[in-house]
Amino acid sequence: MPLDATSGLLLEFKNVNTYYGDLHVLKDVSYEIRHGEIVSLLGGNACGKSTTMKTVMGVVRPKTGTVTFDGTPIENMPTSERVKRGIAPVLEARRLFPRMTVFENLEMGAFMRKKGPEFHEDLERVYELFPRVKERRNQLAGTLSGGEQQMVAMGRALMARPRLICMDEPSMGLSPLYVEQVFDIIQTINKQGTSIFMVEQNASMALSIAHRAYVLQTGVVVLSGTAAELREDKNIREAYLGELQVEGAKAEAQ
Amino acid sequence: MSGLSLFVQQSINGLTLGAMYALLALGFTMVYGIMELINFAHFSVFMVGTFVALYTFEAFGIFGQSTILHGLPLIGVLLAAFIVTMVVCGGIGMSIERFFLRRLRAVKGPASMITTIGISYILSNSVLLFIGGQGFNFPNPIPPVRFHFGQAVMQVEQPLIWVVSAVLMLGLTYFVQATKLGKAMRATAQDPEAARMMGVDVDRVILTSFFLGSALAGAAAVIFGLYYEYTNFYIGFDAGLRAFTAAVLGGIGNVPGAMLGGLLIGIIETMTSQFISTNWAEVVIFSILVIVLVFRPAGLLGRVAPNKS
Ligand SMILES: Nc1ncnc2c1ncn2[C@@H]1O[C@H](COP(=O)(O)OP(=O)(O)OP(=O)(O)O)[C@@H](O)[C@H]1O
Ligand SMILES: [Mg+2]
Repeated sequence: MPLDATSGLLLEFKNVNTYYGDLHVLKDVSYEIRHGEIVSLLGGNACGKSTTMKTVMGVVRPKTGTVTFDGTPIENMPTSERVKRGIAPVLEARRLFPRMTVFENLEMGAFMRKKGPEFHEDLERVYELFPRVKERRNQLAGTLSGGEQQMVAMGRALMARPRLICMDEPSMGLSPLYVEQVFDIIQTINKQGTSIFMVEQNASMALSIAHRAYVLQTGVVVLSGTAAELREDKNIREAYLGELQVEGAKAEAQ
Repeated sequence: MSGLSLFVQQSINGLTLGAMYALLALGFTMVYGIMELINFAHFSVFMVGTFVALYTFEAFGIFGQSTILHGLPLIGVLLAAFIVTMVVCGGIGMSIERFFLRRLRAVKGPASMITTIGISYILSNSVLLFIGGQGFNFPNPIPPVRFHFGQAVMQVEQPLIWVVSAVLMLGLTYFVQATKLGKAMRATAQDPEAARMMGVDVDRVILTSFFLGSALAGAAAVIFGLYYEYTNFYIGFDAGLRAFTAAVLGGIGNVPGAMLGGLLIGIIETMTSQFISTNWAEVVIFSILVIVLVFRPAGLLGRVAPNKS
């Protein structure tokens, strides 16, 4: 990882505090995502992972602190302006528009852009990445399987031609086979030049593709480092790579 | 008249009333689909529309039924009445959203709905106080042409009303299905937060749905006036309640459902009045509503809403 931490910063949270009414959810958190990185945010239920994503997208606003995208403070910008600047979401539990077709969902992804030749280029790119999505383009999104919906959700984000994709638990509710496919595709998208900020509970999978990661606990960043460092961290192994531990325990017991 | 002629007659009348209810029901259903709000102010926007149309006709020197126009002047005056009324009603609807309901949008509970009831009464009582409580003769410059089908009679207004309603409903369907703003509207109705994260300006979408719904209420108001040649300050509640029922019957939030529900309510109303008695019309309408809802809670074309939380 580059030692000069300020070079190539794409997204930066600096001492961000986010509230819902009186409920203090994000407590003085700071994150950095550099150009070209996959950064994962790990943490248990209700610790503020989705709130982080909503703060990036601007559907909730921080009370204090700054959010900077590509050198510009964005914490007071409307969501549409952030989308225009190149941030696109893959929402928790997919959240497609269920009674619109797959194609219309992709169109909504490109909502802030003109529908010129670039739209069709991007459409072709999405269809190439997800042949299944192309097959299903005229089907209502709500009638797709969970795995197919995840493909559409990622395709919809790509249609914005984003520089940063914020993914909220892309592995949620998917079978192990699909999870692997999804993570492969995330890596492909990243290699094609899009940075990725990814919330996950599946820590072992997330750390297998991420460059760096943060660990969030009840709204506080308790740990951060490269994926390799975190994979080796004892606390992490105990707290977040529980599955490995259980498997290990089983193996020992036998 | 023979039974068949009566049936034909009441089908003609029912389709006409139904077209009007359908236009009015669309406003309820569009706002509900996006905000899950029952907009009772819609009743009175419609009623105000009848007065806007009345004054527009009078501005062209057309009073009562004594001035009959033909050809281009007739088309021009009708077009003007529809456009002025639709724009004014659309503007009133937008103002209600922009200045009152928008401030209440983050508030949970019945505050918004009660506000719409309040606005509804303020509008109808303003008409009562400033214009008057008596019935008004509504101008109609259309020549009294009649067509005969056996013993059944069709006034020339009736096919005119069908054509205007069909054009408006097709236009709305095209807008919602095929335009960018229309798609944003559907997306917002299905998941407002996700729509916002695609870059949709949800405020603008909501304002547009109020404009369109209220403009259609304006068109329904001109139709009401031309058909009954009459208006007063409380016609909004009767017609509005039937239109609201039509929206629920078809599946509230569902655009084709509102159209279907409107036509059904119109036909049920005229058939009951003819073959049972006028006094029974409301009993039958609301009994059918209750029965449909018991067996299909989401209405004829509606889906049971998925649990959002
Ligand atoms: N709109 C809201 N209004 C009030 N409280 C909220 C709202 N959204 C989230 N919260 C609360 O904020 C806290 C953090 O929620 P958040 O959705 O960010 O958690 P999460 O880390 O994404 O959890 P999960 O793993 O279950 O998705 C929770 O206690 C939640 O109840
Ligand atoms: Mg979450």
